[in-house]
Amino acid sequence: MVVRFENVSKWYPCYQPILGGLKTSLLHLPETLRSLKKGRMRALDGISFEIQRGETVGFVGLNGSGKSTTLALIADVLRPTSGRVEVRGHVSALLELGAGFHPELTGRENIILNGILLGLTRRRVLVKIDEIVAFSELESFLDQPLRTYSSGMIARLGFSVVVHLEPEILVIDEVLAVGDLHFQAKCREKISEFKRRGVTIVLVSHSTEEVRRLCDRVIWLSDGKVVAEGEPRGVLKLYEEAAALRRSPVGQSVGEAEV
Amino acid sequence: MRGPASCLARTPYACRSIHGEYLKDLLLILIQKELKIRYKSSWLGYLWSLAHPLAFALIYYVAFGIFMRVQIPDYPLFLICGLFPWQWLANSLYASPLVFLGNASLVKRVWFPRNVLVAAVVLNDGIHFVLSIPVISGFLLAYHLSPSWSWLIGIPLLVLAQFTLVYGVALAIASLNLFFRDLERLTALLVTFLLFLTPVVYADSMIPAGYRALLHLNPVAPLILSWRNLFLSGSLQPPVIALAWLYALLAVALGSLIYQKLASRFAEVV
Repeated sequence: MVVRFENVSKWYPCYQPILGGLKTSLLHLPETLRSLKKGRMRALDGISFEIQRGETVGFVGLNGSGKSTTLALIADVLRPTSGRVEVRGHVSALLELGAGFHPELTGRENIILNGILLGLTRRRVLVKIDEIVAFSELESFLDQPLRTYSSGMIARLGFSVVVHLEPEILVIDEVLAVGDLHFQAKCREKISEFKRRGVTIVLVSHSTEEVRRLCDRVIWLSDGKVVAEGEPRGVLKLYEEAAALRRSPVGQSVGEAEV
Repeated sequence: MRGPASCLARTPYACRSIHGEYLKDLLLILIQKELKIRYKSSWLGYLWSLAHPLAFALIYYVAFGIFMRVQIPDYPLFLICGLFPWQWLANSLYASPLVFLGNASLVKRVWFPRNVLVAAVVLNDGIHFVLSIPVISGFLLAYHLSPSWSWLIGIPLLVLAQFTLVYGVALAIASLNLFFRDLERLTALLVTFLLFLTPVVYADSMIPAGYRALLHLNPVAPLILSWRNLFLSGSLQPPVIALAWLYALLAVALGSLIYQKLASRFAEVV
């Protein structure tokens, strides 16, 4: 077991900016404080699951169903409101496009910056940098500022840094389809290599095709609850049917009646 | 070898033990980034860091020295000696509300010691201040004064005190601003208030006797007074410097406390 969620709930407080000006807020302090506390939003509602070492697990679900919150809990940037999250091993997160990069810095400087932000010492990054560069195939652009890169090239650089972080648990949020077809093939190859080496991969994707191809197991979230869990073919079939029902107005009522 | 990687224990964010080498690397790379950005986007980066306080010295000299006839000998020099350290403080505090907000995508997805972001901003402005000390010396020479040997002790002592003070306050503002976004506007206002409540453009001796005791309540005043004494006369006044350090330590204690209380919730609200 490398990841275990035990009855995990996560509420987000809604911190509203103080409306109606500071004076009004201060004059009516009790009400202001109440309004600050009142707004809460539930992102996860008592979910439990386990992920074993070397497994590749995909989370599917509509927007706002709790997928990204689950990943953030695994990456330890959030803490659960209730329940227990247990994670054993170093988590590396594949960031969204360009996060932790700066457009004015060169590719090389960005690799070092990103590597350190993601948890390596400078020495480790310098040991790895040739490998990272070779994987990204961006040698000729390396000393150009990042703002001259296309978005595909930035994504390639980001992916190249993360896959060289020696992750034990790799967390991927919607960012797998990066770069051109050639680079996507390399990414897939790298993911397969990780799977062979026993790296645990947790990913969120809206591409059911991708999830089906990569994952050993799929967890379907809806409104912060686990709807279904199991081998990809079965769960994804249910998920796709539900999504199709939701799309057609006639199907909607049928779907609700069934539930 | 790794930073956060070696901390497998899920302890509260601010309290996790961090590999010293990692912390140093993180701080250095962030400062390096700021410096590079400043100099890449404009060749005049260093000159701008000088031009700003000099321009303010000029305008205060015109307004208060010439028009309002403030009777302070060598008033332009007097202004410069106060405005350069002030500039460091003001720039860091202006930047502080956006330190965590501006790195939202990182704060939401990866864990690293976030207070290092604040330290990097304050140190970056501090480096520019230290680099401007030769310019202050140049002005001293122009007024037939000269740098003193006491600077060798005084400058490190005061730079450290100012870093500690500004880091503490900036850390508190950066953390609190995630929860109360209005703080951003308040900060700009308060820094301006503070400028006029601190003897930067006037001398502490000009404050009427009945109000002078209030100066001790201003956490920035002893620092600015110490800087000006050091630059103008090479003198170090232990009680004033001790008070500056007292405020600095209080600020860093308060800032760290607020940060530790709130850090685990940054990703929820950023």
